[in-house]
Amino acid sequence: MPELNTSSLPDLIFSILFFFMIVTSMREEEVKIEFKLPKGTGLSKIERKTAVVNIYVGSPSKQYAAQFGTSTRIQLNDRFASVKDVAPFVANERADMRQADQAIMKVALKADQDVQMGIMTDVKMELRRASALSLMYSAEDRNKQ
Amino acid sequence: MGKGKRKVPGINASSTADISFILLIFFLVVTSMNSSTGLNVRLPEPPEDEDLQNPPKIKKRNSLIVLVNMDNKIMVTQGEKAPYEIDVTELRQLAKEFITNNENRADYPEKHAEDIVFEEGGVEHVLPSGRTQNVTSKHVISLQTHRGTNYNTYFEVSNSLYGAYDDLRDELAQREYGKPYKRLDETQQMLCRLYYKTMISEAEPRSIGGGL
Repeated sequence: MPELNTSSLPDLIFSILFFFMIVTSMREEEVKIEFKLPKGTGLSKIERKTAVVNIYVGSPSKQYAAQFGTSTRIQLNDRFASVKDVAPFVANERADMRQADQAIMKVALKADQDVQMGIMTDVKMELRRASALSLMYSAEDRNKQ
Repeated sequence: MGKGKRKVPGINASSTADISFILLIFFLVVTSMNSSTGLNVRLPEPPEDEDLQNPPKIKKRNSLIVLVNMDNKIMVTQGEKAPYEIDVTELRQLAKEFITNNENRADYPEKHAEDIVFEEGGVEHVLPSGRTQNVTSKHVISLQTHRGTNYNTYFEVSNSLYGAYDDLRDELAQREYGKPYKRLDETQQMLCRLYYKTMISEAEPRSIGGGL
């Protein structure tokens, strides 16, 4: 019985590996804000990452502090933004999603635990205006670590 | 010495596949592991002028006002009682007692009979213990903050309040189905959520966000 030639199998697997490495690092956006998430219990996980819009709130990290100051800022995608930009940004993100994801779109608020509620309330009001009502306060599990 | 061609022995590469498999699996695991967790909330519908003009009347006994002030102190006002300060660790228990009103106290939310029915594809689902249940669905927990309130405190308070509902649904699931809420199927979970509707109102004191 002739043996099956498996010499190309490693190459095959390697290409899958590279595919995954590239795809996963590509989706990551550069976070220019320093934040420490609050800790909670009984948290839920995100089921569909493709249906999630991230909004970061915190103070700019060290290399951006000189340019943007150290006061609390909002980051949408790769740039700093003001509260007014939240609603159009969410509408834009929603339009870019697939039909199935649009219905279950969720906004993940990744905010530093030391920010004040004023800015958070403003962001939430903007989200309501954009009809993005499904919201998640990103947090870490207290029982881990 | 050598005459003719000497044969170069091939490197045995049969294990390369295994090595790359392990690498592949490692990446798969690591990338899915950093899935983010958080607290799910539902914001109320966009404010409309009608709502502001005719706010729904809420009886004093049905309301629990949790105010987190600038100094990150938690003040609780329930019914006719005077506001008092409470620690975040006690809040969950207080919220649970308030929502259930197990002792049928006159200063806690009124209980009334309500049909807990979940309809799906023309089929009606009810809880095992019957269609009509005594619930306190008229209660409202109002979570109010100041602009200077620390987000961390606010988050802990929200976590306790939403956690109170999670605990109660879990207790209900144990009572009705004999297993925790997480192990129920979607219809059963829906029924538990209908029994204990999330009635946490934020931002403006009058608009209720949540529903389920």
